[in-house]
Amino acid sequence: MDLSLSTRTVGDRTVVEVGGEIDVYTAPKLREQLVELVNDGSYHLVVDMERVDFLDSTGLGVLVGGLKRVRAHEGSLRLVCNQERILKIFRITGLTKVFPIHTSVDDAVSATD
Amino acid sequence: MATVELRFSALPEHVRTARLVAAAVARRAGVDEAVLDEVRLAVGEACSRAVGLHVSNGIVAPVRVVLVEDEKKFSIEVGDEVPGGAGERADGAVESGDAEGDDEMGLAVISGLVDDVEVTSGEHGGVIRMSWPTAPAPALP
Repeated sequence: MDLSLSTRTVGDRTVVEVGGEIDVYTAPKLREQLVELVNDGSYHLVVDMERVDFLDSTGLGVLVGGLKRVRAHEGSLRLVCNQERILKIFRITGLTKVFPIHTSVDDAVSATD
Repeated sequence: MATVELRFSALPEHVRTARLVAAAVARRAGVDEAVLDEVRLAVGEACSRAVGLHVSNGIVAPVRVVLVEDEKKFSIEVGDEVPGGAGERADGAVESGDAEGDDEMGLAVISGLVDDVEVTSGEHGGVIRMSWPTAPAPALP
C-alpha cells in the first residue's frame, strides 16, 4: 500500500490526512508535503495519522523535521493518533514528549496550550 | 532448521517487500500474532538502515536478509556490505536536514522493540541479528 496525502484548512490550522505506509520509500513524499505547506505560510499543522498502517523511524524523522520547520515560524505541529501500534513507536523513541498527540482532529484543531 | 534468504538491490522501494516476506515467514514459524508488527517494524528498520549505508557508500551489492526458523526461536539477520560498518558512514559525513539522526533513531527503535538483538561489524560489513521466541506449531488435525 502506498502513501496517501490530502490537506484541508480548518480555521487557522491545516489538517494533513495521511494514509497507508510511511517508510523509507514513501517518507520523502510526506516531507515534500510538509515543506510545501510551510513554504506557503501554513505554520499550524495537524497531521491526522488515523489511516496510517505503518510508520518507521524515517517517518518519525520527517515529522521531527516538520516540527522544526513550523517552530521556526512560531507554529505548531500536532498529531492525531489512536492506534496503539503507532503510538508505541512514539513511546519507545521518547517522541511522545516532543509531539502533542490528540485523540481526534477536532481536539487537535481546538487545542491551544 | 529452515531458512529463507532474500537479497535485494539497495532501493527504498524493496524494503517493503522485505517486511512482507519477513512477516510471512515469521507467522509460519509460529511467532505470536501480537509480535508480528514488531518483527515487521524491526526488519524494516534494519533494511532501511542497510539501504542507506549502501547508497551513501556507493555500494552496488544487494542487501541480504536471512530468516531462520529454529525449534524454539525465529531469527533474522540483516547484512550490509559496508566494511567496518555497523552504521559508520565511510565518508564520515553527516547528512543535513531531516535525514540527520535517522540512523540512530532506526537503531533506537530496534533496540526498543527487540529483546534479543546484536549489532556487529567486520571488514566485510555489518550485521544486525534479532530473534523472537516461537510457539510450538499446533498439531494438524
